[in-house]
Amino acid sequence: MLEIRNLHARVEGNEILKGINLRVNPGEIHAIMGPNGSGKSTLAGVLAGKDLYEVTEGEVLYRGRNLLEMDPDVRACEGVFMAFQYPVEIPGVSNTYFLKAALNAIRKYRGENEYDAVDFLSLVKDKMKLVEMDPSFLNRPVNDGFSGGEKKRNEILQMAVLDPVLSILDETDSGLDIDALRIVANGVNALHNEENAAIVVTHYQRLLNYIIPDFVHVLVDGRIAKSGDKELAFQLEEQGYDWAKDLHQPAPEAV
Amino acid sequence: MSTDSRELEKLTGGDYKYGFVTDIEADTVPKGLSEDVIRMISAKKREPQWLLDWRLKAYSRWLKMTEPHWAFAHYPPIDYQDISYYSAPKTTDGPKSLDEVDPELLATYEKLGIPLKEQELLAGVAVDAVFDSVSVATTFKGKLNDLGIIFCSFSEAVQEHPELVRKYLGSVVPINDNFYAALNSAVFTDGSFVFIPKGVRCPMELSTYFRINSLGTGQFERTLIVADERASVSYLEGCTAPMRDENQLHAAVVELIALDDAQIKYSTVQNWYPGDKEGKGGIYNFVTKRGKCAGVNSKISWTQVETGSAITWKYPSCILQGDNSVGEFYSVAVTNNRQQADTGTKMIHIGKNTRSTIVSKGISAGQGQNTYRGLVKIMKNADGARNYSQCDSMLMGDRCGAHTFPYIENDNDTGQIEHEATTSRIGEDQIFYCNQRGINAEDAVNMIVNGFCKEVFRELPMEFAVEAQKLLGISLEGSVG
Ligand SMILES: Nc1ncnc2c1ncn2[C@@H]1O[C@H](COP(=O)(O)OP(=O)(O)OP(=O)(O)O)[C@@H](O)[C@H]1O
Ligand SMILES: [Mg+2]
Repeated sequence: MLEIRNLHARVEGNEILKGINLRVNPGEIHAIMGPNGSGKSTLAGVLAGKDLYEVTEGEVLYRGRNLLEMDPDVRACEGVFMAFQYPVEIPGVSNTYFLKAALNAIRKYRGENEYDAVDFLSLVKDKMKLVEMDPSFLNRPVNDGFSGGEKKRNEILQMAVLDPVLSILDETDSGLDIDALRIVANGVNALHNEENAAIVVTHYQRLLNYIIPDFVHVLVDGRIAKSGDKELAFQLEEQGYDWAKDLHQPAPEAV
Repeated sequence: MSTDSRELEKLTGGDYKYGFVTDIEADTVPKGLSEDVIRMISAKKREPQWLLDWRLKAYSRWLKMTEPHWAFAHYPPIDYQDISYYSAPKTTDGPKSLDEVDPELLATYEKLGIPLKEQELLAGVAVDAVFDSVSVATTFKGKLNDLGIIFCSFSEAVQEHPELVRKYLGSVVPINDNFYAALNSAVFTDGSFVFIPKGVRCPMELSTYFRINSLGTGQFERTLIVADERASVSYLEGCTAPMRDENQLHAAVVELIALDDAQIKYSTVQNWYPGDKEGKGGIYNFVTKRGKCAGVNSKISWTQVETGSAITWKYPSCILQGDNSVGEFYSVAVTNNRQQADTGTKMIHIGKNTRSTIVSKGISAGQGQNTYRGLVKIMKNADGARNYSQCDSMLMGDRCGAHTFPYIENDNDTGQIEHEATTSRIGEDQIFYCNQRGINAEDAVNMIVNGFCKEVFRELPMEFAVEAQKLLGISLEGSVG
């Protein structure tokens, strides 16, 4: 479904991603861990099409097509969803209005009927139950005045409504209390099936107790230093990233 | 300039969609201004002597005044002798029904999305359509007549209700109030007149669509609205203008008077031609709008959505004279390309326990300049007066400007004034967030901007709010992809 080959990307002239290789198949969940500043959000942003990032080398194939050539809204319509590490506030625009506009834009792109207000409302109320969100959030402006945890939950609600093919969750667990963590994880699991895939960026092994990854990758200094199964997350938790960093250090004679 | 702001400029570089000139023969007075021209206008309109005298007095005052230049706007000097001060469609005998209206004119309204017939049938809106300077269509007169409501062109009011006109004309905006008001008083050609009698609530929105048409013709509208005791009315003013190449002066005067327990709500959507991307050919919109809450417990509310004109100079104000009277000002002003807007309000608290609310939303795009200029004045005897002001500015791109000048004069210790102001740049983050959810950039900008303006839009009557949102979209967006 997703094939990243030798991906290099820059921000403001600094190289952040230094050759990422990653393959994600339908039905898989990949976890990406790694120290602050290692490039996890950069990778997510490049995949979603944020134009702050300049891709200098490499390619990304999504369902056989060149992802990097698509505009960000087209990527979304093609089923790429990113849950933001810092969800954005849009004052004055209600959550319902926003979500309905998003859903209908995607449906229109796919040549499907647009939802009317009634159908949409019943869909969204259904999905809200999944993330145990109070319906009062529907009339509030998008993320405006939401607590940190509420914003994260709202991201998962959007994911549930938009039903993406590839979800990239950037630290969705950060800032969640233990109950919210479980709720969000249950939501993600409920949406997961054999046709879709998820890339879950996290700092904490505990999320992976709820969302069981097929693969865990450690991103260090713009490269994937190590990949493994969920046991790798435990090792990281115990030994810290320094251990993984060392793994990544090239042997002296190779320099 | 970053790629993001270039992207934004592309988005906001929409062309003016209402640019077309209607081909109707106009009866135009030669260019230039003199006592003779004023006499000619007055004679053409068969005005009584007192009104001619009033005009001439205004003219003599105007001659002694100088053009104000304190507004945050730059433009070449205006040649007042190069303007034609009177233009009327040739069909002089007013039409009795829409069937008698020039089909070309009706077609123009169709293009603007304002089908009179549909409005008459569906919206229940009485329309007093001002084409150039003379009213050509008035509807729902009968219904209003039954309630004793007067809603007609200003010229008609002068003929039919001279005592009312004479009593209130100039009572809120005196002839020497300012340069443009004096000019308007001398040469105004037509406009609207509304009188709501005691205890009557006007059952429908009263609406006037203005339109500038003849080349080189100044537009000097005069509007006078009086709500007698316990009366209430909601008045809508909307306008668009055809594409043209020459700067045009538009100096209207609007006076509102609310007596005891009366309420007037005045809503405007202003979309005069803003000029091309270099600012060439746009309308100069120098308007004086003022309401007087003359009676106790009266209320005047201004709501405006200003998207057009090359230069806007406009301060719809309230004189809160009656005790417990309320003044409100809700404004959205958009400047794009080379547009300049200097707008705001004055709230003058004279009576006790008077209250005022100001909500101003300025949006600047392209190289647009947007200034909020407001005065809240609490006079010595205005015990318990209160004001709340909120002025928010949004910048799109990095070549535009926003400026805020909130003046406060408080001469009463019990007065309370609260002021909040914010300036934000339309977030590339916000646009990306929308994109990431499948919403394209154009729709995203539209959504974000409409969200920003929500507090103002919700003050507009429903159909008008929809139109305003559309206009905002047209002014800010354009061809994407
Ligand atoms: N706009 C920017 N300008 C300059 N540098 C940037 C910008 N955005 C990101 N960076 C830099 O890129 C590097 C990678 O950032 P990124 O956000 O991808 O890290 P991360 O792995 O997600 O970290 P965290 O765990 O803290 O979320 C950091 O050094 C960061 O400072
Ligand atoms: Mg990050």
